[in-house]
Amino acid sequence: MTPPPLHRVWRLGADIDTDQLAPGHAMKHGVDVIARHCLEAVRPDFATGVQPGDVLVAGPGFGIGSSREQAAAALVHLGVAAVIAPSYSGLYFRNAFNLGLLLLTCPDAEALAEGDAVALDPIEGCVARPADGRRLDCDPIPPFLLAMVRAGGLLPQLRLRFAALKRRHPTPPLETR
Amino acid sequence: MPDSQRPQRPQRPATLAQKLVARAAGRAHVNPGEIVTCRVDLAMFHDSSGPRRLKPMLEELGAPVWDKDKVVLVIDHYVPEADDESRRIVRIARDWARTQALPHVHDGEGICHVVLPGRGHLRPGMFAVGGDSHSPTGGAFGAYMFGIGSTEMLSVVVTGEIWLRVPQTIRMHWAGRLADGVTAKDMMLALIGRFGMSGGRYQAVEFAGDAVRALPMAERMTLCNMSAELGAQTGLVAPDATTVDWLRARGVPDEALAGWERWAGDADAPAEQHGFDAAALAPQVALPHSPANSRAVTDLDATPVDVAYIGACTGAKLEDLRAAARVLAGHRVAAGVQLLVAPASRDDQAQAEREGVMDHLRAAGAQVLPTACGACAGYGGRIPDGARVISSTARNFRGRMGSATAQVWLASPYTVAASALQGRIADPREALP
Repeated sequence: MTPPPLHRVWRLGADIDTDQLAPGHAMKHGVDVIARHCLEAVRPDFATGVQPGDVLVAGPGFGIGSSREQAAAALVHLGVAAVIAPSYSGLYFRNAFNLGLLLLTCPDAEALAEGDAVALDPIEGCVARPADGRRLDCDPIPPFLLAMVRAGGLLPQLRLRFAALKRRHPTPPLETR
Repeated sequence: MPDSQRPQRPQRPATLAQKLVARAAGRAHVNPGEIVTCRVDLAMFHDSSGPRRLKPMLEELGAPVWDKDKVVLVIDHYVPEADDESRRIVRIARDWARTQALPHVHDGEGICHVVLPGRGHLRPGMFAVGGDSHSPTGGAFGAYMFGIGSTEMLSVVVTGEIWLRVPQTIRMHWAGRLADGVTAKDMMLALIGRFGMSGGRYQAVEFAGDAVRALPMAERMTLCNMSAELGAQTGLVAPDATTVDWLRARGVPDEALAGWERWAGDADAPAEQHGFDAAALAPQVALPHSPANSRAVTDLDATPVDVAYIGACTGAKLEDLRAAARVLAGHRVAAGVQLLVAPASRDDQAQAEREGVMDHLRAAGAQVLPTACGACAGYGGRIPDGARVISSTARNFRGRMGSATAQVWLASPYTVAASALQGRIADPREALP
């Protein structure tokens, strides 16, 4: 069996807000432009240095602030595989899964350091650091949210649902009540 | 046997939040922690979160809007259009509203959270979502309302449903009465300072007690609005005569308000309760760069300011404008201070004009900006680089108001106005006539 892929850690502090992830001045543009400014205020090296598959490890309160889902979409656009933090804004939590971004709620996230290589097991709910064999437990994720992330987010799920509806009803269904 | 003759099973006690969610989920009772699917009574979005993101996804799905009568579009973030990108976003919103023949569109009338109840769209008992994080504002009317992102809004717009983890209730009980010059904004800054920006744990915060009952609707809206900064999913105030009178005055018909009395939590329903004495509360100021950095204005060192900003859904409603005018009437702002006022809605501004409130503000040196979101989130306009700003808005994250080098202190409109007069952050209780 091949070992699970390892992900490089970018370490951030507490209360990373949506305005840092998707700065207001860039919000009139598309996600590609917003992503270039992602975290520019706290990690100016992030948007240019991040590699697909990297993970963010942060302190509590990740994603506080606005409902703008570009704050999650920018990380997806940059290829971030997951965020690992002790707690999230509830609104950001919903947005992330809706956009196919995995969030792991990990009370001991602080044990991880910049540059660590970690393996993720969202089903078992754990983050492992092979270098020293450390395993950190994460809160369980409801199965329907895991399925959403696996599908790439809520939009692909809706696409399947409406494609199935259309196959059954060649004219668009009128669902007004 | 007819329903009326069935033996009555004793109802399990429930909080207001539980009752609202249970109704929307079609259930007699829901328990905190369980995941339920709710029917949505109203979906509100604006030019930034709405059509520009929803339209392409709707076209891709080939799905119709589930119920246009339950959708409200408010164009407030990118108006007035400052550049080509803003014009493009606003044009998408207007064109989409026209082709969809949406019945409820408010264009340039003010900020969504103020326009929505102001135009009679909200009522007690509703279950509503908004494409904006300050959507808990609707909880001031006894509606369960919370913010969601655009993809989730798409899902609501095509299915009319949303999932929810039934929240616990955190009751903030404010006894006594606020001192003159102390406001709902000060209550919220004090709570956010004490519990932190994640203190609401994405549960339902309910505001109760004599001090809350004494507040007018605009102030209750400020409480619920800033539940977002407390990290709650929603903020709630149980409706009462103040609520019903306010809604009636805005054209909500009696039949839509009937039965509002049932939207109250049961006294014996389990809730986490925290008690506060309103009379002991001093005006609060949140230091850069977090609403949680709050302290009493009396505990601040001398803090000079360059810009005094009265704006946003949080801090530029009619009552907020009146508060600022009470402090500013007959005075001029300090030399070197720029006072900016962006009224929260056209209706609020019109009433403030009729009352002479706007005259007082202008005579004090205020520059009046359009009734839109303005510089609050740095979308429409921005504050100058390096500026020290005292603001009646909700968030002072670094860079939030459009400049990474500006510093923003948050306070009530009273405190912002008093600080504009002094050129430094000042206690408004000393400035009141």
